[in-house]
Amino acid sequence: MSKAFLSGNEAFAEGVRLAKPHVISAYPITPQTIVVERLSEMVEDKSLKSEFIHVESEHSALSCAMGASAIGARAFTATSSQGLLYMAECLQYASGGRFPIVMMNANRSTALPWNIYGDQRDSISQLDCGWIQVYVEDAQESLDMALQSFFIAENEKVSIPVMVNLDGFVLTHTYEAVEIPSQEQADEFLPPFKTENRMDFDNPKNMAFSAGPDSNMEFKLQQHKAMLDSKAVIELADKRFSEIFGRSYGGLIDTYKTDDAEYILITFGSITGLVREVVDELRAEGRKVGLVKLRYLRPFPDTEIAEAVKNAKAVGTLEKDISFGYEGTVYTNVNSALIKNGIAIPSYNFIAGLGGRDISKEDIFHMFEQIEKGGEYVNFVGLGVNADE
Amino acid sequence: MSERITAKTITDNEFFYGHKACAGCGGSLAVRMALKVLGERALTVIPAGCMSAVGFNFPHLCFSNNAIISTFAGTASMMTGIEAGARALGYKNYKVVGIAGDGGTADIGIQALSGAIDRNDDVIYICYDNEAYMNTGIQKSGLTPYGARTTTTPAGQNIRGNIRPKKNMFEIAAAHDIPYAATASIGYINDFIDKVQKAAEIKGTSYIHVVAPCPTGWGIQTNDTVEIAKEIVDCGLWYLAEYENGEFKLNKNPKEFSPVEAYLKKQGRFKHLNEEDISEITSQRDKKWQKIRRDWTAE
Repeated sequence: MSKAFLSGNEAFAEGVRLAKPHVISAYPITPQTIVVERLSEMVEDKSLKSEFIHVESEHSALSCAMGASAIGARAFTATSSQGLLYMAECLQYASGGRFPIVMMNANRSTALPWNIYGDQRDSISQLDCGWIQVYVEDAQESLDMALQSFFIAENEKVSIPVMVNLDGFVLTHTYEAVEIPSQEQADEFLPPFKTENRMDFDNPKNMAFSAGPDSNMEFKLQQHKAMLDSKAVIELADKRFSEIFGRSYGGLIDTYKTDDAEYILITFGSITGLVREVVDELRAEGRKVGLVKLRYLRPFPDTEIAEAVKNAKAVGTLEKDISFGYEGTVYTNVNSALIKNGIAIPSYNFIAGLGGRDISKEDIFHMFEQIEKGGEYVNFVGLGVNADE
Repeated sequence: MSERITAKTITDNEFFYGHKACAGCGGSLAVRMALKVLGERALTVIPAGCMSAVGFNFPHLCFSNNAIISTFAGTASMMTGIEAGARALGYKNYKVVGIAGDGGTADIGIQALSGAIDRNDDVIYICYDNEAYMNTGIQKSGLTPYGARTTTTPAGQNIRGNIRPKKNMFEIAAAHDIPYAATASIGYINDFIDKVQKAAEIKGTSYIHVVAPCPTGWGIQTNDTVEIAKEIVDCGLWYLAEYENGEFKLNKNPKEFSPVEAYLKKQGRFKHLNEEDISEITSQRDKKWQKIRRDWTAE
């Protein structure tokens, strides 16, 4: 183990190095680019033995990763925003083909208007593409989830690609002290990639076939079941990880001071840290508030959320996303989890940080205030102009 | 080069078998012959298109070597990944081959193909050219020839079929300074086999562009596929050539062309062409051959 001062991107690249992918397909896009830059340097200085492929687009980045996975190689790629959308066809192809690729996505706003700063509309627009989606909070979790994601994706009960999301700039470009595990520890945690779902010279396979109306639904059901089964593997990964590295993130969700909380804010990604601070400050004033950090949006932690908020009087969901014409998509998912579990409490949506708009401490105080006192269900937070102007 | 594969020595093994391609399908013949040359160690990528539609329907799977369907645009990039993965895993004696149609190559797949050639990935890319999007029902592609009627280039009072000539994929591939590129026709199957065999022994990217008529799309009899694939070469609207070590080489330099009109008039897609159209096509041909004969060496 060693310690280094790393950005979220650099920490993630360190995690990828420890996972030793056979093939890395690389294409630049802000704010992800530093990941593939660092990986290319690691290949150059031989601290990483990977085939580093300079593809000519994001569509090809994921198509190349699928090819590598189809022959049984561990594959990694990274993208952001427009690039994620450009590879959208391949996202569904990779999950339907059950190729356990790991991809880092730097969460960034999507055009138009053009904007390179962070929000979560890129990955949330792809919630239904069949990938496991993880959201991380800081640089250490970035590194750790790079490793854990291969463990989860490649588990034979899962065999589903994993997208690890880092908030653009706020996390990808900010520096923290990070513990870098030793290769021995990483190898102890992450077994070599083994799969039956690959080309084989002794037993040739026809892969990525068509399946008509008579069998298509069964394939889709299998895919859905594998995604549900991944919940147990996600918990297992967290447990194994903490045994070896001494760090646990709580699996599907993490909770903070929710046990006796009456008002709970549910959120995910890098903003979680600031919410935790606000919870501490409100607790110091004697207010019974808490935080649920969603670590995964797919599989969706429905029962876990319900368990965490079952004694609360009201909840709010903070997300950097809007599904135009309705509400934030995570809020929709949270409400569905509450209803299915018989929890009938007020639930509010806070849409903030679009296009990189800062979310202040003050904004979060206001959110807790509204959760307690009530108000509009769906709220755009931190607007510079009146919404009617 | 290893011993030349001939009609006598080619394997009886079939690698693309039991598929439901239309009678007289030129594309399936190209796939069948290419895989006979490359053998069981071929790792085949086929994009969405005719060959995957006819040979890849669960549980009816028709390749007896390892094969995979790629996205329509992703033939070459998936080949790249397979080749890189196989190399990283330490496999030996394999060949990654991609076989895509004209639309999958010259239109939607050209970016990925260009990337693969640029990286000089050790793969063979074969474009079987039937001159339109046949799987979706005969729509114009970038390789549809001048004058051809397709379902998106109708021949009517105002527009007389496709108004643009074919994209020159062979020379586009060559312009990347590719180690080996070739044109072929399933009408000259020995020449095609030779070229696949040669490509298999090239280190780096090879590109083979093989004309493969589609009776349904071209409006010809199913037993005329091979004959018309010969005639397109004999009348000079296609040519057999290679690009290697930076040089173009013409493999067949006919002293005299067979009549263009006879070739065109045999096909439903060209039925509407008048004398003026045919003379335009003939003059395009002559211009091309003037350049070929001036700049390329002939065998």
